[in-house]
Amino acid sequence: MAPGPVLSCEGLRRRFGGIVAVDGVGFVIQAGETYGLLGPNGAGKTTTISMIAGLLQPDAGRIVVSGEPVSTRAVAVRRLIGYVPQDLAIYPDLSARENLVFFGRLYGMPAARARERASEVLELTGLADRAGDLVKTYSGGMKRRLNIGLGLLHRPRLLILDEPTVGVDPQSRNAILESVESLAGEGIAVLYTTHYMEEAERLCDRVGIIDHGALIAEGTRDELVSMVGGRDRVRLLAPGDLGAWAAALAGREWVHEASVTGQGVDLMVTGARGHLAEILAAAAQAGVTVRSVEVTEPDLEAVFLHLTGRALRD
Amino acid sequence: MRAALLICAKDLRSRLRDRSALLVGIVVPFGLAFIFSLILGGVTGRSQAIRLGVVDLDHGPVAARFTGQVLPAVARSGVVTVRREPTAAAGRRLTASGALGAVIVIPRGFSARVRSGGPASLTVIGDAASPISGQVALAIAGGFAAELNRVRLSVAAALRDLGPAPPPAAAVRRLAARAAAAASPVTAQDVSAASRQLDTKSFLAAGMAVFFLFFTVQFGVTSLLEERGDGTLARLLAAPVSRASVLGGKLATSFLLGVLSMAVLEVATSVLLGASWGDPLGVAVLTVAAVLAATGIMALVATLAKNAEQAGNWQAVVAVVLGLLGGTFFPVSEAPGVLASLTFAAPQAWFLRGLGDLRGAGLPAVWVPALAMLGFAAVTGAVALARLRRVAEV
Repeated sequence: MAPGPVLSCEGLRRRFGGIVAVDGVGFVIQAGETYGLLGPNGAGKTTTISMIAGLLQPDAGRIVVSGEPVSTRAVAVRRLIGYVPQDLAIYPDLSARENLVFFGRLYGMPAARARERASEVLELTGLADRAGDLVKTYSGGMKRRLNIGLGLLHRPRLLILDEPTVGVDPQSRNAILESVESLAGEGIAVLYTTHYMEEAERLCDRVGIIDHGALIAEGTRDELVSMVGGRDRVRLLAPGDLGAWAAALAGREWVHEASVTGQGVDLMVTGARGHLAEILAAAAQAGVTVRSVEVTEPDLEAVFLHLTGRALRD
Repeated sequence: MRAALLICAKDLRSRLRDRSALLVGIVVPFGLAFIFSLILGGVTGRSQAIRLGVVDLDHGPVAARFTGQVLPAVARSGVVTVRREPTAAAGRRLTASGALGAVIVIPRGFSARVRSGGPASLTVIGDAASPISGQVALAIAGGFAAELNRVRLSVAAALRDLGPAPPPAAAVRRLAARAAAAASPVTAQDVSAASRQLDTKSFLAAGMAVFFLFFTVQFGVTSLLEERGDGTLARLLAAPVSRASVLGGKLATSFLLGVLSMAVLEVATSVLLGASWGDPLGVAVLTVAAVLAATGIMALVATLAKNAEQAGNWQAVVAVVLGLLGGTFFPVSEAPGVLASLTFAAPQAWFLRGLGDLRGAGLPAVWVPALAMLGFAAVTGAVALARLRRVAEV
């Protein structure tokens, strides 16, 4: 395998008429790393990955996969890339096995190897027992699994998954996420686009937040969360006079804000989980009986809100 | 090339599996050719000869010549069958019942009146239900009457040269016999109509085949638009395959479906309907040229559409207009004015003309029609390819 990142792209720019869909996007993905491209619908995610997959020519910028430049005319480099489009890209009038063998052969496999690899992917995606049935008879979840299986068929170094869980039932969604988690262990670099914050948090080693065609932030989850101050909200429900307890807590170094509400006390703290015992001990000392505790840690949704002023799913 | 063949094989498998291509490419054209040949086969076809009757009330030498020489000669052509009936009433009854298409009646005293130079006529009994049979019987009777008139004029001219004295009857009979035996000095030989024209069954088979060819080839080129709409085009283009291979695969699908449907129809209509297509090599040349022309035109129409459904609608309109213009249902080459010239704007017309020329003049005659169709293919195909590159984008 070539040294250096599996994917390196820089300064990607693409315009459609008067609209700039992607404006200066750049990032790298290492082998075995899952990189999430997080952004709302229309942010430029699909345009970015279409350029990386060689489907769309950038107006400017450079894309390199395992040392080989990518463009719409560069055919050979596409053997290194697996692409799972957002929409189901499978032939309904063919069986799952026929779909897999067809694309296997298209990726240059000899017929026997394509059949062998198709069987492996059918096992991997749990479709082996329906391998000979026409795809049009499959459930939505089975089609999704086949859609992803086709991207893995030729053992790519870079797998691009464009919102693979859109419209998928929870059970199939979980199966898809588990499959993606296992890919990193096999050394595959994964580029995963989603507008589901929880998917990005679960799967991705690093996340790039894209909005209006530009990459506005990038890093690990903790790095991104630290951008919004990294403060946790602790909401304590308790009856009675809470003023003394709140004042005692406000004096702690890790408490940034303590306020008495109608039903209890709200705290903004650093490292809430590590200080819960101390908070409850202070309540006991103040003679307060705490009925419930709710800790809200900052997430990528909060980061996006912080950076753009909008929610991810607006 | 390998990728194009893989895409072509995949498309052929899908098309044959959903049976739409088989239906449009083979079943419907064969069915229509079969139905039309049943309806129209009696006009000029060979299995449905026109049934004529003849009633000889005269029993004279002229009548004997008509029933013994003229009618058997016509019957040997296979166009008509002739049977004798005893009376005009019997002939009229059989015509009315449909057992006979028409009956020619030779009236009593016919020979005597012809030989004396007096007025004589043959009677044709037809029926409104069999207008073509009536016309054929009238033409046969008219032809015989014209021949008799030629003999009478020849004899009259010869007697005028002999002077005013009345000639002996024996001399008149000799003159009449010589005139009757002499060949007509001027005859019309209808080469294009007789030998360079397809018989009804062959015309119907070829017309239906080439008409539906334009629908059959749609399945290849239009599938590019379908794949773009379904999202599979993105996956194809993400594979290590050039855009040219994808386009080549689609065009190859159209071409192979076209050739397959035409070949099956050519064999099936020959074996089952008795159609005669002509020299197989010439037919193959014309078929390949017609398939290429149809593929080019339908590909060009597809590139003008936004989606597969719109392309299908536009292609159907173009196929029907060109089919009618090309004379696949009925000949339009004799239509007045510009319409006759427009016929040559349709590859279907060149295909049918090529088959006619092949029958009349042999293999060398197919090159002009074949080159005309290849011209259509080259022009429309080049424009379509340039435009298809834009279609093959996601």
